[in-house]
Amino acid sequence: MRHHLILRVITKLLVGPIMLFALYVQFHGDFSPGGGFQAGVIFAVAFILYGIVFGLHKVQHVFPPWLVHKMMALGALIYAGTGVVSLFLNHTYLDYSALAHHPEHGQHYGIFAVELGVGVTVSAVMVAIYYAFAARPPRLSDEEW
Amino acid sequence: MSAGSATATLTLAQHLPVLQVVVPLLAAPLCVLLGSRKLVWPLAFIASAITFLIATLLLMKVLDGSVISYHIGGWAPPLGIEYRIDAANAFVLFLVSGISTIVLLYAREYVAAIIPPASQLLFYACFLLCLTGLLGVAATGDAFNTFVFLEISSLSTYVLIAMGAGRDKRALTAAFDYLIMGTIGATFFVIGIGLLYMATGTLNMADLSDRISDMGDNRTVRAAFAFIVVGMGLKVAIYPLHLWLPNAYTHAPSVVTAFLAATATKVAIYVLMRFMFSVFQPGFVFETYTLEFVILPFAILAMFAASIVAVFQTNLKRMLAYSSIAQIGYMLLGISFITKTGLTAAIIHLFNHGITKGALFMAVGAYVLRTGNSFLDRLEGLGKAMPWTSAAFVIGGLSLIGVPGTAGFISKWVLITAAIEKGWWLVAVLIVASSLLAVIYIWKVIEVLYMREVPDGAHHQEVPGSMLVPIWILALSSIYFGFDTSLTMSAANTAADSLLSGF
Repeated sequence: MRHHLILRVITKLLVGPIMLFALYVQFHGDFSPGGGFQAGVIFAVAFILYGIVFGLHKVQHVFPPWLVHKMMALGALIYAGTGVVSLFLNHTYLDYSALAHHPEHGQHYGIFAVELGVGVTVSAVMVAIYYAFAARPPRLSDEEW
Repeated sequence: MSAGSATATLTLAQHLPVLQVVVPLLAAPLCVLLGSRKLVWPLAFIASAITFLIATLLLMKVLDGSVISYHIGGWAPPLGIEYRIDAANAFVLFLVSGISTIVLLYAREYVAAIIPPASQLLFYACFLLCLTGLLGVAATGDAFNTFVFLEISSLSTYVLIAMGAGRDKRALTAAFDYLIMGTIGATFFVIGIGLLYMATGTLNMADLSDRISDMGDNRTVRAAFAFIVVGMGLKVAIYPLHLWLPNAYTHAPSVVTAFLAATATKVAIYVLMRFMFSVFQPGFVFETYTLEFVILPFAILAMFAASIVAVFQTNLKRMLAYSSIAQIGYMLLGISFITKTGLTAAIIHLFNHGITKGALFMAVGAYVLRTGNSFLDRLEGLGKAMPWTSAAFVIGGLSLIGVPGTAGFISKWVLITAAIEKGWWLVAVLIVASSLLAVIYIWKVIEVLYMREVPDGAHHQEVPGSMLVPIWILALSSIYFGFDTSLTMSAANTAADSLLSGF
């Protein structure tokens, strides 16, 4: 891709706005179409585009495979952890009403946290799938864990 | 809007139904996040031990026939997801979490020796996810939730089976086979649930049951029933749908085989029973025909065909895998009687076979660890070299046959009682006859272990105590439950009652 100046410049310009749009879809998800799944995929697209144009090596330098693995787990933990928080606040599991004085606000915050977890996991999984397709990923060495 | 605001103070005890599932669900990502191979085993073990503790508490609570209902997110059923614990699923939860705890005890040495270091963290994470899925399937009272947890357990199972590839590349094809078959099964199951949703407009099992019985016979509901039975049949490995099972069990790491053989098919059978007797009432005409003309003949065929195939196997693990298919036949036979005693027999055999097969496969794992594989000619004379493992294997084998004084005897006794109660003398005779086939294949192994000379140059040591203890816990409990049947019988009886009474 060294000769494709236009592709490289446009990609560099696009990566930022794509991520921004992903965050918009993520956090505006409760007022407009969107949410964690869509935002996660869009967020991952920024990395995948970067990887396609500049090569797998470069993108893995930015977003190393071990971090992808941790993020997959982290997202799931955020989701399940939100449920546990409401459990400690004397409500049933995943009852978001516990999260604020007014149940309506609580539901709002709850969805917010849960969708964040979804977004983190989905973006990491999409990138992991890309890594798996783009190359046989180097096995994680022991130290990286 | 939310029922949560009306909730009075909830004690920890009231959260038990959901904690049962959430504890391993939280522990699995924590395994990956911690990223330490030293910490991952204790974490997995503690999580599993907690689920076992919770399952025991739940079982004690519901043994009197009461039902615990838990509303996820404070949304009341039938709109919200309900976790519903009665004697039937508490007994399954007790089995699954107990087996997983014992298997994890065994797994520490085995995984360290067999699984490549880079995959060990993921192994425990997948194991915990599989446990989460199985517990979730058993605990939930929501039909679609059942499907979701079924997928969680299935997907992690495929990975766990494929982890046998370090030793034997055929684990990859076995895992892929199971992936295809399991996905077809899950798809059929979800199509069935979709049809039920179309016909009734609800996903809550108790609500489904009410509406189906109100609706009477209906083509959509019939199609749903057929899809659900075939879909779950693939997961259960009902005789003609069993083709994934022998390879998956043979090539998976033994610790995984022990866990799956004792839990995964059992949970699938529980789902089958739950749908056949609670969601669809036995009065559902189509069901009576299905049980009598489809499930019953295939169950008997499984008892004989799979046992005969097992007799001719040269690989011990594969032999036990075929024996599992035959044993599933006994459980299905109990189900197909559509009587309380028959159902009790199925449930009690589900439990007794779980502990028996767990012990047997863990003993096989010990042989694999020492000799490299599980072909019978490699095991010659191991009875002297590995006396403890071999003795446990013999106890497990006796229980598999159904010798009096073992757990296997109790379940076959109840099953024969149920057959006689129904007046099906021929079936009772067939049960005894097929048990004799188990004598042949178990004797083949005992002969190899104890009556052959050790080949020249072979020198094998007994496995370490941390592996022997879990093998013996299961071996001794398969004797214990052969003498003291108060727990298993009362649990199975109450479970059969609660399944048959619907909701």
